Amino acid sequence: MDTLFNNLDIFVDGFRMTFVLFFFAAIFALILGTIVGAMRVSPVTPMRAVGTVYVNLVRNTPLTLLMFFFAFGYPKLGLPDVGYTTLAIIALSLYTATYVAETLRSGINTVPVGQAEAARAIGLPFGQTMSLVILPQAFRATVPPMMSVFIALLKNTTIAAGFSVAEAGTIRQVLSERGEPQLTVLLWVALIFILAVGVLSLLQRYLENKWRVAR
Amino acid sequence: MAPTDETNPSASTGSTPISRYETTSNPIVAGRGEPLVVVENVEKHYGDFHALKNINLTVNKGEVVVVIGPSGSGKSTLCRTINRLETISSGEIRIDGTKLPSEGKKLAALRADVGMVFQSFNLFAHKTILENVTLGPMKVRRQKKADAEKAAKVLLERVGIEQQSAKLPAQLSGGQQQRVAIARALAMKPKVMLFDEPTSALDPEMITEVLDVMTQLAAEGMTMIVVTHEMGFARKAADRVVFMADGEIVEDTTPEEFFDHPKSTRAKDFLSKLLTH
Ligand SMILES: Nc1ncnc2c1ncn2[C@@H]1O[C@H](COP(=O)(O)OP(=O)(O)O)[C@@H](O)[C@H]1O
Ligand SMILES: [Mg+2]
Repeated sequence: MDTLFNNLDIFVDGFRMTFVLFFFAAIFALILGTIVGAMRVSPVTPMRAVGTVYVNLVRNTPLTLLMFFFAFGYPKLGLPDVGYTTLAIIALSLYTATYVAETLRSGINTVPVGQAEAARAIGLPFGQTMSLVILPQAFRATVPPMMSVFIALLKNTTIAAGFSVAEAGTIRQVLSERGEPQLTVLLWVALIFILAVGVLSLLQRYLENKWRVAR
Repeated sequence: MAPTDETNPSASTGSTPISRYETTSNPIVAGRGEPLVVVENVEKHYGDFHALKNINLTVNKGEVVVVIGPSGSGKSTLCRTINRLETISSGEIRIDGTKLPSEGKKLAALRADVGMVFQSFNLFAHKTILENVTLGPMKVRRQKKADAEKAAKVLLERVGIEQQSAKLPAQLSGGQQQRVAIARALAMKPKVMLFDEPTSALDPEMITEVLDVMTQLAAEGMTMIVVTHEMGFARKAADRVVFMADGEIVEDTTPEEFFDHPKSTRAKDFLSKLLTH
């Protein structure tokens, strides 16, 4: 307990950054992933192709490499300096979006084709067929696997520690310099992560109940 | 549509007494207007499979055409090509003088004028009955919510579902769902309605309630293309019967002529199987 309370400032700062990374990356990944997921089932071949290339390229790249690219490659491009935190959010968003897209695509496949046909038959174009009829039903079907994606994102934020972003993954390092027992620090960090994941699980249960679709 | 969705035609009619409709001959007085749906030299291939062979069909305004034929003869395919849920290999389809656009906004706009009722209802599972009926008018016709709801309530009343408008589709019986599906299509004020075996997925006791709505619609002068094995409905409401077999239109004649004096052997065969069950 002393380890935690004597260094509360470090813990609070570290986890605040973790949640900032998580929060923004989750939102951007959800938006981008939904767009890419819709592209992957689009009737327009070039759209499908772009979606497929993006997913396969980014998903098959280790996140650490992606972070490397943004942390070291981006500044060399001569673009405005946006700071490591923003770059980490971009890398996490791009990476997680591929998983969101794939999860959503499997969810879309659980929606009976008759739903899309009925939507098209009343004159809805592809975009509205997706946004008004298919995606709302696909989201419901994907709550559990989608939560796994976001739990993975929460833990993946620690990779940003390697790139000068002071989030929870750096707590151990800082505190070992203060002479705290490393194992105890790690256990505390792990415990807080488990609590945070618990909150996500509660959210999952809430959404599952709220969105239960009757067939 | 999945090739296996077809119920055995003899089974689906076996449970429905034909006599129920034998009271009137043909009460339809719909004015024969100009051609509304024109299908010209249409061919459709699924890979090597020739699903539609040189289809020519004209449906005039106010006309009710029943399409009948054995399972796999291409009835659903024909129905679905008319609003381009299925593309065609060659030929031409025109709705009210306009050639079917190939994609995009124009196609969507044309589909809004062609109502479609499916065998499996396909009500939007996550929306209430009322929302099912108002979605198209609000999003496609850009009606205000209040106007769309007012019109939807009138339609739901007409098909006898006004009490259920706050429920989800899964809470309704099949017959009720299909009547909502009809209301949903009508809400778009379509020029023509397509029905693809609207009663084949229904329990026998619910078939009548759906056919009654369709009969009323026909009597009001709606242009309809109806794929069905309900011979009673065909006799009572149809102006013409189109008999399909193996992707071809084999007969195109009046209901009396078709049922009482079929010309082709394939039609005779088909009818004898329907009647002996
Ligand atoms: N998507 C498809 N791919 C391949 N074959 C199909 C497809 N849809 C229908 N068919 C075939 O086309 C034929 C006509 O089907 P359909 O129009 O559904 O017949 P019907 O409605 O008269 O029973 C069937 O032999 C069916 O197997
Ligand atoms: Mg069929």
